[in-house]
Amino acid sequence: MSRAQRYLLFVVVALGAVAMMFPFLWTVVTSITPDGSLADGPSLIVTNPTLDAYRYLFDALPMARIILNSVLVAVACTALQLLTGAMAGYAFARLQFRGKSVVFAGYLATLMVPLQVLVVPLFIQFRDWNLHDTMFALIAPAAASAFGVFLLRQAIEAVPREFDEAATIDGAGHLRIFALVVVPLIRPALATAGILAFMASWNSFLWPLVVIRSPEFQTLPLGLATLQGQFTTQWDVVMAGSVVSIIPIALVYLFAQRHVIAGVSHTGLK
Amino acid sequence: MRKRNQAAWAVVFLAPSAIPLVLFTLLPMVSSIRISLLSWNLISDPRFVGLANYAKLLASPTTLGVFGNTLGYVVGYLPLVYVGGLLLALALNARIPGRGFFRALYFLPVITSWVVVALVWKWLLNPSNGLVNAVLGALGLPQPGWWTDPNWALASVIIASAWKDLGFVMVILLAGLQAIPSDLYEAARIDGASGWRTFWNITLPLLTPSTFFVVVISLINGFQVFDQVYVMTGGGPQGSSQVVVGQIYDLTFRYGRAGEAAALSWLLFAVILVVTVIQMWGQRKWVQHV
Repeated sequence: MSRAQRYLLFVVVALGAVAMMFPFLWTVVTSITPDGSLADGPSLIVTNPTLDAYRYLFDALPMARIILNSVLVAVACTALQLLTGAMAGYAFARLQFRGKSVVFAGYLATLMVPLQVLVVPLFIQFRDWNLHDTMFALIAPAAASAFGVFLLRQAIEAVPREFDEAATIDGAGHLRIFALVVVPLIRPALATAGILAFMASWNSFLWPLVVIRSPEFQTLPLGLATLQGQFTTQWDVVMAGSVVSIIPIALVYLFAQRHVIAGVSHTGLK
Repeated sequence: MRKRNQAAWAVVFLAPSAIPLVLFTLLPMVSSIRISLLSWNLISDPRFVGLANYAKLLASPTTLGVFGNTLGYVVGYLPLVYVGGLLLALALNARIPGRGFFRALYFLPVITSWVVVALVWKWLLNPSNGLVNAVLGALGLPQPGWWTDPNWALASVIIASAWKDLGFVMVILLAGLQAIPSDLYEAARIDGASGWRTFWNITLPLLTPSTFFVVVISLINGFQVFDQVYVMTGGGPQGSSQVVVGQIYDLTFRYGRAGEAAALSWLLFAVILVVTVIQMWGQRKWVQHV
């Protein structure tokens, strides 16, 4: 490719990026536009920006609580999935036991069942246990993920067995080998699995929609959908809510961007 | 002795994942089969009806409608994200300044939640004072009613979804492009092959494993579409954008027909399974393995 072609391509890519980012920009612009002027049609330059929409938003919904819920649920689900997944991965990669391949096939089979099949009976189950509309209901079903188990098993199998053997000679048992030898060596895979788990939990909508009734247990996607129901025509408030819910995940992305993209392309290279 | 010891440790290491998977996947799966055989509004006593729910669904034009809308969504969405994602991947595989930055930027919508994406596009595509119609109006073009118009509701959802997933497809295809051995391009260059022929005879065939992955994942996810539809149109107007999962939700929580909803979820599962198996079988015909 010639130099001129490369620069032409650069210009096209840059223009495309501007177009791609425009909806985000528009969201921010709308959120700081004084309510009245929205009816006159959109305008990129806000002459008198205001934070009224944000004030409205925090008055209408327990926003601080909703953000906290989302963070708590995502962090808990991620931590649990990494712990349960790494432990199961260790069992499948390192331990000899009868029926191992059957159990592993059973784990993989759970990946086949879509959430839509589970959502109605799962709701009934939580209702029967009187645990619906709780934080527990948001976290428990995501405590283990077969996909995470699969990913971490692959990573543990790639760890040379000599490391375990050296530790065994030093008198270490399985718990110590797992915690002190294997886990530190599979950090890249843990990062990948962790980011995928965090994103899935952060964006999850159908299950919270079904199982949560009280505003104080809402997560961000659920809170936003409710907001839209309340303020159908007040787009400045709805867009303020969108901005608030994008910021935390965008910050995570800013710092973990390489891992996120590597993690996603990794899922495609199986 | 050592073997038995390992089996005991296997229980310790597997229990933390096995217990939630049994309680929250296996158990509801089994009860979903049971519920699909009941007539039940979730409140009064359930009544066993055998396969009547399945028979009713298969005979109902509504079922055909929601599967048709879901298929329409997939058919509209897939070419958009594939062609767009491929163009982006090709552009960002070339040595242009700041390509790492651009990759990160184009990927940003992927990490944004469906609810936010749906709300932002619902506003952009607002028929009366949304930006898209303002631009169309200024250019003297017709201004569709978007999500308020039965003919445009599904298209609105497709546009929003394609915008969100473009970066995902780009990343998968970029990984595929980078896996193509560079000596093949070298050989093509020495043979004097044109850029177009190189693309057609080397890039596209060797990209088929990644293409296959994109198609499989997009179809599986596409058939399960719900969040963005629920937020943008709620399945309306007049059911014109109602999809299968939306119907499962409405049957359960709006119409109190949980048995039918469970049966519909199994029909959806069967359709996804059949489509995936067909693709796995068909891949031998078109996917090239290096």
